[in-house]
Amino acid sequence: MKHLLTTQGLSKDDAILLLDTSAQMAATQSRENKKLPTLRGRTVVNLFYEDSTRTRISFETAAKRLSADVINFSAKGSSVSKGESLKDTALTLHAMGADAVVVRHSASGAAHQLAHAGWLDAGVLNAGDGMHQHPTQALLDAFTIRRHLVGRVGDDGRGVDTSVGADLAGLRIAIVGDVLHSRVARSNVYLLHTLGAEVTLVAPPTLVPVGVETWPCRVSYHLDETLEQWQPDAVMMLRVQRERMSGGSGSFFPSPMEYSRKFGFDARRLAVLPDHAIVMHPGPMNRGLEISAAAADHPRSVIVEQVANGVAVRMAALYLLLSGDDSTNTQQTSTSTDERTAL
Amino acid sequence: MPESGSTPSDTPGGALGESPGTDAARTVLGEADIARALTRIAHEIVERNKGAADLLLLGIPTRGVQLARRLAERLAQIEPAFSGDHGTLDVTMYRDDLRRQPTRAVGQTVLPGSLDGTIDDKVVVLVDDVLFSGRTIRAALDALNDLGRPRVVQLAALVDRGHRELPIRADYVGKNLPTSRSERVKVRLADVDGGVDAVVISGAPINHERGDR
Repeated sequence: MKHLLTTQGLSKDDAILLLDTSAQMAATQSRENKKLPTLRGRTVVNLFYEDSTRTRISFETAAKRLSADVINFSAKGSSVSKGESLKDTALTLHAMGADAVVVRHSASGAAHQLAHAGWLDAGVLNAGDGMHQHPTQALLDAFTIRRHLVGRVGDDGRGVDTSVGADLAGLRIAIVGDVLHSRVARSNVYLLHTLGAEVTLVAPPTLVPVGVETWPCRVSYHLDETLEQWQPDAVMMLRVQRERMSGGSGSFFPSPMEYSRKFGFDARRLAVLPDHAIVMHPGPMNRGLEISAAAADHPRSVIVEQVANGVAVRMAALYLLLSGDDSTNTQQTSTSTDERTAL
Repeated sequence: MPESGSTPSDTPGGALGESPGTDAARTVLGEADIARALTRIAHEIVERNKGAADLLLLGIPTRGVQLARRLAERLAQIEPAFSGDHGTLDVTMYRDDLRRQPTRAVGQTVLPGSLDGTIDDKVVVLVDDVLFSGRTIRAALDALNDLGRPRVVQLAALVDRGHRELPIRADYVGKNLPTSRSERVKVRLADVDGGVDAVVISGAPINHERGDR
């Protein structure tokens, strides 16, 4: 794997390999010494054209836990504000010998451009490009779902993860809210479908993108109906992106109160779900708008765990991108010592 | 990766069809030989450590794990006081050749539940199938270091084929097997590879006229 740009086109084998590697990375994170020497001497650049404390810290933590050197680059206060182009920034990073670039950009396709324009030969990891994709978020969601609904982990977190190797076949996931602006929803629909889960998008008609009928999922405009009749195993709430609602929050729905009443997740709606169902949110939450405080803090909410899993998933992505010579496929570990040490 | 189970082996039981000049795989240890070697190693472990107190066997994937389990069974028979502790130590993330090889899938490290996640003050015996360059064991020592501080670390290998690149020596060896670098030594275990247990050498034979390359 050279780049991780999108979950669309990620094969099932690669997706499961990423999740399995994440499980092993997560196992090392409950130790006293959380650091591994794996990427010692490699340089990871966090190239953030858009503010995101949470994602940047998560990537930074992941890279540091693998002993890589981390350079944080934010557009604010850099030459970008003086007018430098993405290409020139890329050439600078190339000259400095970056091994991997984690890029977040407000333009859809920026990560793809960076990976394929020939400006640098580093691995490119998409940390969110416009309204397009956010693959590590989808992977950490899938990882969280798999841990809770497929396998069981020892209570202390140290036990064997019995979900390793499994896909998400037969699980039902509802993704609720502002699908139109959500790269999280796009990434999740494709990844969850690849892993065998069924997905239903639930949103007001104004927040459903054109062309959604080509996505491998169903669309519903009624949250209560979906919860009662379809009985999803996991409900993934999306953030109402106030900054993308031009003209305040009134352009896509009549009022926040109405949105909250029709599409907000609360304890009453939680009670409709099956007992094993989990509640997810990519954060940051607008408490009281798309999710009520009672639902967000409920024992079946896994929102805080999603953040912890984010570090493990990003460690796995960095490991798979940066270890190994280019050109190659993954080699399974079931080789004899003889073969392992042959080189 | 060649499929190890498909290697032809028509000489089980340790009967060696040694035929210099051919590339055919030959079996150097059969099922009974491997069982005997493991039993002897188990006795040596008890003897050297004067019992089995605080003993923890850690197998290195893939086949070291099965060997550690088998050694633990034997130790439990010899030494009723043995706690039966054995686990798995994955060394993938500690290897020094990650950049020179295809990406490796990361394996699991599993410590027995009774240890509460720490190996402090234990007598750890690392178990692997073939000891070759010593680099796997170096990685294993680093991995151990991150898990805790064992009192002693010892090394058991079913086969020592020589060609060490690091100053590492096994404490317990099933069989010392002089090999040429171009040969491949494969350990096949029934519970991993199917069939019967065997240690097989394949590849270019030792040709004393040409000398080892």
